[in-house]
Amino acid sequence: MIKHLLSGGDLDADTATEILDTAAEMATVAGREIKKLPALRGRTVVNLFYEDSTRTRISFEAAAKRLSADVINFSAKGSSVTKGESLKDTALTLQAMGADAVVVRHPASGAPHRLANWVDGSVVNAGDGTHEHPTQALLDAYTMRARLGRLAGLSVAVVGDVLHSRVARSNVLLLSTLGAKVTLVGPPTLIPVDIAGALAPGTDVSYDLDSVLPNVDVVMMLRVQRERMNDSYFPSAREYARRYGLDGPRMRRLPEHAIVMHPGPMNRGMEITAEVADSPRSTIVEQVTNGVSVRMAVLYLLLGGNNR
Amino acid sequence: MTAYLITSVSVVGAAPTDLLIRDGVVAAVGPGLTAPDATVVDGTGLVALPGLVDLHTHLREPGREDAETVESGSRAAALGGYTAVCAMANTSPVADTAGVVEQVWRLGREAGLVDVQPIGAVTVGLAGERLAELGAMADSAARVRIFSDDGHCVADPKLMRRALEYVKAFDGIIAQHAEEPRLTEGAQMHEGEVSTRLGLIGWPAVAEEAIIARDVLLAEHVGGRLHVCHVSTAGSVEVLRQAKARGVRVTAEVTPHHLLLTDVKAETYDPVFKVNPPLRTAADITALRAALADGVIDVIATDHAPHAVEDKECEWAYARPGMLGLETALSIALDVLGPEWDLIAERMSRTPARIAGLTGHGVDPAPGVPANLTLIDPAARRTIEPAELASRSRNTPYARMTLPGRIVATFLRGEPTVLDGKAVK
Repeated sequence: MIKHLLSGGDLDADTATEILDTAAEMATVAGREIKKLPALRGRTVVNLFYEDSTRTRISFEAAAKRLSADVINFSAKGSSVTKGESLKDTALTLQAMGADAVVVRHPASGAPHRLANWVDGSVVNAGDGTHEHPTQALLDAYTMRARLGRLAGLSVAVVGDVLHSRVARSNVLLLSTLGAKVTLVGPPTLIPVDIAGALAPGTDVSYDLDSVLPNVDVVMMLRVQRERMNDSYFPSAREYARRYGLDGPRMRRLPEHAIVMHPGPMNRGMEITAEVADSPRSTIVEQVTNGVSVRMAVLYLLLGGNNR
Repeated sequence: MTAYLITSVSVVGAAPTDLLIRDGVVAAVGPGLTAPDATVVDGTGLVALPGLVDLHTHLREPGREDAETVESGSRAAALGGYTAVCAMANTSPVADTAGVVEQVWRLGREAGLVDVQPIGAVTVGLAGERLAELGAMADSAARVRIFSDDGHCVADPKLMRRALEYVKAFDGIIAQHAEEPRLTEGAQMHEGEVSTRLGLIGWPAVAEEAIIARDVLLAEHVGGRLHVCHVSTAGSVEVLRQAKARGVRVTAEVTPHHLLLTDVKAETYDPVFKVNPPLRTAADITALRAALADGVIDVIATDHAPHAVEDKECEWAYARPGMLGLETALSIALDVLGPEWDLIAERMSRTPARIAGLTGHGVDPAPGVPANLTLIDPAARRTIEPAELASRSRNTPYARMTLPGRIVATFLRGEPTVLDGKAVK
């Protein structure tokens, strides 16, 4: 098993599949009356959050607690350039406290990589800047596999603000490793340069959502911040929604079996309409449930729970 | 004053000869010289170059003496083979008045390790809004001729035009940090495949090229002298090539790091590789090396940028840009260009001295010229250890790399500043 989970690219197909299989076992715990395993008793997991993200933090917290780990929530606002303790000093503090794993969310891309240099425990990237969010990609893959029965050969469209999306980067890397075909869809201003060369050679790019929809098994809508229009990425929220939002008529262009995903939180009316979000095709609530199972699997495997 | 007799030394790559240094000048050049009163320096296997001249050094004093001082930076320069450095204006307070440039100039004289030639700011406080008192700085004891807002681009085209025009009165030169600020908001590294993978905001090559293209046209229009700092892209080279062919009065520099390192270094997220302009691609390096050889790029300048540990030991996005350069520049040049001594002398000594108007520097050793020279052992190889550098800072991107060449001695007006590879004071 790898020591840290910093990027979707850290996982080869075997390791990723092991995590997904383990997550499936963990999911059975959630169905029990007592939702707890003793696997990580006596181990300490620190949730180090430099950004507000209640949903991700409580998902990791629930995962660690269901494995009987001791959980410390460390909410650190500010950064080394504003006042406050530097990341390195915080890392040394966590090290001194004997953290076995540090789950870190940070607004700066690469902060978990820096942290991994300064602590002995495992580092789990819970979202860094506009870089990656590997456990989100794992829970997305888990959800696709649960719904569609496989990952190899699936055609997945990832739609929206790919440029600023850590979810998109991790998904492209992980899905490509697991044999799915990814098409990134969005306005050209929100598709980063050289994306196929940067992440995975087979990745396609399209600026036309309608032409992509009939041929996909999965459409994953990314959150798009309205404020991006102030930086000229698109003219208005209305035009964005018209060209790249998923509404009922567009959803009906999908194949019968296709599913609609969203990492949340949603901007209803912007990238997705209520009709789509609340439809049977939508896996949005399942993704949240699966998030806990996948994060249990990650913590369990990183902390060597399978070797005991 | 002590006399020095350097024996069997190759002057700029020529057959070995002897050099006698006396009273601050080169007294004699030729085989078989004798001087009983002189201290003998065995030059066997060494190459003598005119002392190196850096057009682009950040000495950090006044304001950030924790990162570097005029004295520590001067010592680093001497150890790197330099006899003159041009100190950039982005200090605190900014070198935008006669008072500050004279202070830096005086500190350089007191340190006495290299000639410190202050560069004045183009605009008050580097704010890019109104011209600093360029004439007052030119007339000061520091006799400023190069003006630069380096760290910031003089982005306003009208202000840039006026600056290029105004300094003609005293044969001044505007050294531009070419970076269109609207195209680089929040930028962290070169925009390309690697920035996409790392999720860091890109600094597109066009942000540099667009400003250079504009500025060469402005310089042409007003007949002013333009110098382009730290050229980093293949596209910039082409813009410069065309401008020079038209006869525009433009010169350009490239840094050692832009000749050797690529954006792939960012993959570690170690901010020691964060610099502005950012490290580019292998294709850019190829174009820059070719331009250096054919003269489209005139000068290698270090952009020596010391930073305190806490400004680098942090998240990439929060780190300050810049890397050390003075103590490694010659080795990088040797690594990149090979033992092309005349070319190295041209790009690191003669031409920068001419651009800066430093008349005592950049002159090959010959009877009667000021004895500003450096001795290099080209056969030596050394492994760079940050803790061993003379700079107060440790942010070298070459840590633990093994590089060719070692500075054995440096003479400033006949007095050694470095002997046996060690600073004399």
